[in-house]
Amino acid sequence: MTDTINTSAAANTPEPESIHNASGHGLSRRAFLVGSAATAATLVVGVYLPGKARAAAANADPAFAPNAFVRVAPDNTVTVIIKHIEFGQGPATGLSTLVADEMDADWSQIRAELAPADTAKYVNSLFGVQGTGGSTAMANSYSQMRKAGAAARAMLVQAAANRWQVDPGEITVSKGVIHHAASGQKTTFGELAGDAAKLEVPQEPTLKTPDQFTLIGTDVPKLDSRAKSTGEQRFTQDLYPDDLVVATIVHPPQFGATVASVNDSKARKVKGVIAVKAVPMGVAVYADNTYAALKGRAAVEVTWDVAKAETRSTVEMEQTYSQAAKKPGLNARNDGDVDSSLASADTVIEAEYFFPFLAHAPMETLDAVIQFKDGKVTAWAGTQIQTLDMGALAGVFGVDKANITLYTEYAGGSFGRRAQPGGDFMTEAAMVTKALGSDRPVKLMWTRENDIQGGRYRPLAVHRLRGGIDKNGNIVGWDQQIAVQSFMKGTAFESAMIKDGIDSSAVEGSKELPYAIPNLRVGQHLMDNGVPTLWWRSVEHTHNAYANETFLDQLLEKAGKDPVAGRLALLGDSHPRYRGVLEEVAAMAKKAGPVPAGHERGVALHKSFNTYVAQIAEVSDNGRGEPRVHRIWCAVDCGVPVNPNVIRAQMEGGIGFGIGAVLYDAITLSDGGHVEQTNFDRYRSLRIHEMPDIEVSVIRSAEAPTGVGEPGTPPSGPAIANAWRRLTGHSVHRLPLVPITA
Amino acid sequence: MAVNFTLNGKPVSADVDPDTPLLWVIRDTFRLTGTKFGCGIAQCGACTVHMNGLTRRSCVTPVSQVDGGTVTTIEGLEGPEARAIQDAWVDIDVPQCGFCQSGQVMSATALLKEIPQPSDDNINQAMAGNICRCATYVRIRKAIHNAADNLAHKAEA
Repeated sequence: MTDTINTSAAANTPEPESIHNASGHGLSRRAFLVGSAATAATLVVGVYLPGKARAAAANADPAFAPNAFVRVAPDNTVTVIIKHIEFGQGPATGLSTLVADEMDADWSQIRAELAPADTAKYVNSLFGVQGTGGSTAMANSYSQMRKAGAAARAMLVQAAANRWQVDPGEITVSKGVIHHAASGQKTTFGELAGDAAKLEVPQEPTLKTPDQFTLIGTDVPKLDSRAKSTGEQRFTQDLYPDDLVVATIVHPPQFGATVASVNDSKARKVKGVIAVKAVPMGVAVYADNTYAALKGRAAVEVTWDVAKAETRSTVEMEQTYSQAAKKPGLNARNDGDVDSSLASADTVIEAEYFFPFLAHAPMETLDAVIQFKDGKVTAWAGTQIQTLDMGALAGVFGVDKANITLYTEYAGGSFGRRAQPGGDFMTEAAMVTKALGSDRPVKLMWTRENDIQGGRYRPLAVHRLRGGIDKNGNIVGWDQQIAVQSFMKGTAFESAMIKDGIDSSAVEGSKELPYAIPNLRVGQHLMDNGVPTLWWRSVEHTHNAYANETFLDQLLEKAGKDPVAGRLALLGDSHPRYRGVLEEVAAMAKKAGPVPAGHERGVALHKSFNTYVAQIAEVSDNGRGEPRVHRIWCAVDCGVPVNPNVIRAQMEGGIGFGIGAVLYDAITLSDGGHVEQTNFDRYRSLRIHEMPDIEVSVIRSAEAPTGVGEPGTPPSGPAIANAWRRLTGHSVHRLPLVPITA
Repeated sequence: MAVNFTLNGKPVSADVDPDTPLLWVIRDTFRLTGTKFGCGIAQCGACTVHMNGLTRRSCVTPVSQVDGGTVTTIEGLEGPEARAIQDAWVDIDVPQCGFCQSGQVMSATALLKEIPQPSDDNINQAMAGNICRCATYVRIRKAIHNAADNLAHKAEA
């Protein structure tokens, strides 16, 4: 056995204490902080706590780091504490950009560090808990992070003024250099960190006006691209503390089934397996290494109690939902008199849509490392709603939150999967750890099969639409009945999300249809279902936008209207931002030239999470009766574009994610309620040869910034389906577009 | 049974069951964590390494197959093609979550070594085994072309 090599270069949270012993080299982060604190004080700014106006001088407690958003170290690095988990949507770079711009820092001195669980300090002001989702990271941090940077800048300037005995108004800051022109003196942030730390924190620092921005609005390079191109970026899967136990888990084959009995004799014979334990979610297998844990998992024999299991097939579920959607549901919106308008319309079109369950399938399966030692819990995970995951840990271990430390790790994707209102994965990981009855750290790692078959899917939905056109070609009536299950019921979010029986998530994007249709009704049918569901990138906008925009396109075609001009006419003058992205995307496609022979184009427009996106897709038949998507043009208005490069990336990724699902994906349950897909072989993911060229235009807007992680996804499906209908005459009302083959 | 092979240029010996997938020897035994577990059935490519110079899905490769051979992981990747690929990746900010990118970089580097100026079809064939759930494919393609162009320019200069 020769070298062991540890990749801690990209670590941004303390590792399990013993991890560096395992690696045999490397200075731990803890040691670094102690060392730096011993030589000089560090400026930490916490502008979010008005009651604590004195900046914390960090020379006493090496654990000061999570207390703030900005940390200036004597080595002249500026570390920005990111309260939102980073799994690709760019908050580490985006939020750092806000701080750096207000500080007039040099981008090369900026570092990002993910905040640990601490609701008081890192609450998402739009949620009331510490958590990431709903494309809110930029929206709820924009002022907060700018103030944090501006306060730091003001204190550094004051410290320089004090040292040089000059008027702070005569001091300038540019690219991290503090300068007094009259006396010719210059210094750095790091030089002044100790002095600045002793000053009062200004509560309302002066913010820049947009014309003063130097970084906001530019393509600032992402902070994590290098570490993510060299294998150095650390994820939860990569944690190997000393004495680690690796755990895998066997879940029930049907949702709601429970363990009746376990035969672990074969599993225990696997070399390296140290224990097999039943937990409420299934059966955990513990081993000294990952392969043994996987082999043990395969060898466990479990008898399941299916008395309370969901045993319906998805075909049966669709039939039940379809029946429900034939009647008017609870009205989420009811303008005019829909029934009369449809009765008197010249032409009425009806359509029934079927949307499947969808798995998120992030590249890194769910995982966590938890250690319960000496009455204290330490956990490392890609936690997306830290407040609720803390609650889960406290509940399982029966310890006060003061005795729990939960570190937020960079995560290999989420698309909603890691944001769990019930904290169910953290609960499972905690129960698995506790059941071992050891103070060794336990890493629970889901297999891909656990992931694909593990539920928390985008809900299955059935829509029934009816639209009426008068003899002049005007759309006079629109009735949309949506049958879908609620995943808000019974969670911490129920009171906020369900009002008067209407789950605002279930009908989002349809209830707010912007088109001027005088008689418009959106009815909601909340369905019972034993399959656990969850938000999936852009939540219910995924199916609602698809139904809205494909059905509207059919009506416009029937009425002899152009899809773009027809939409613009229905938007009128009251929706400038919808109009803006639609006109922009139409111009982009036009500029690209005429539609090639054998190709067709389709358009879709949708607002989600207060971001407006229009897309035009160009498709052909790939020769097997399936669409090939060649190009997508996309225009996005997300308010002030903080980092256009990140915005373009999120549109590209959101589109690719949407295309993969719309073309290929469904989670189906057979008779008896067994999930029929297990891994990426039958739950297809879009691959590089299926990815279209994408051109993105970011609207220059002065509106407050809104999110970009999700809004790129909803329009991609309907844009493709509209192009496909124009190409083939076939309206796709059942997804995926390419039928699932057995 | 001890399996002996060359890992990132150094001789190593692993005393593990011979059916242990190379992935878990790389990660658990040698703590090289840049190579990722994504699916376990050679569908996603997150575990891609170079074995005897060719790309290999380490999650389905029993370590016994590498006895006497050579394995390079992302940590040991070197040479002009690797540098060009990684620089191109950073230059246009390819990664999003980043979890698949070690595998993408391993496949892309192998492609450039074989075909210095790959066409889009070459890229499709070489990269179709690497899933990116963030769908960074537009940038992966562009970065490979950029890396190829940069290498060609250096060769001219």
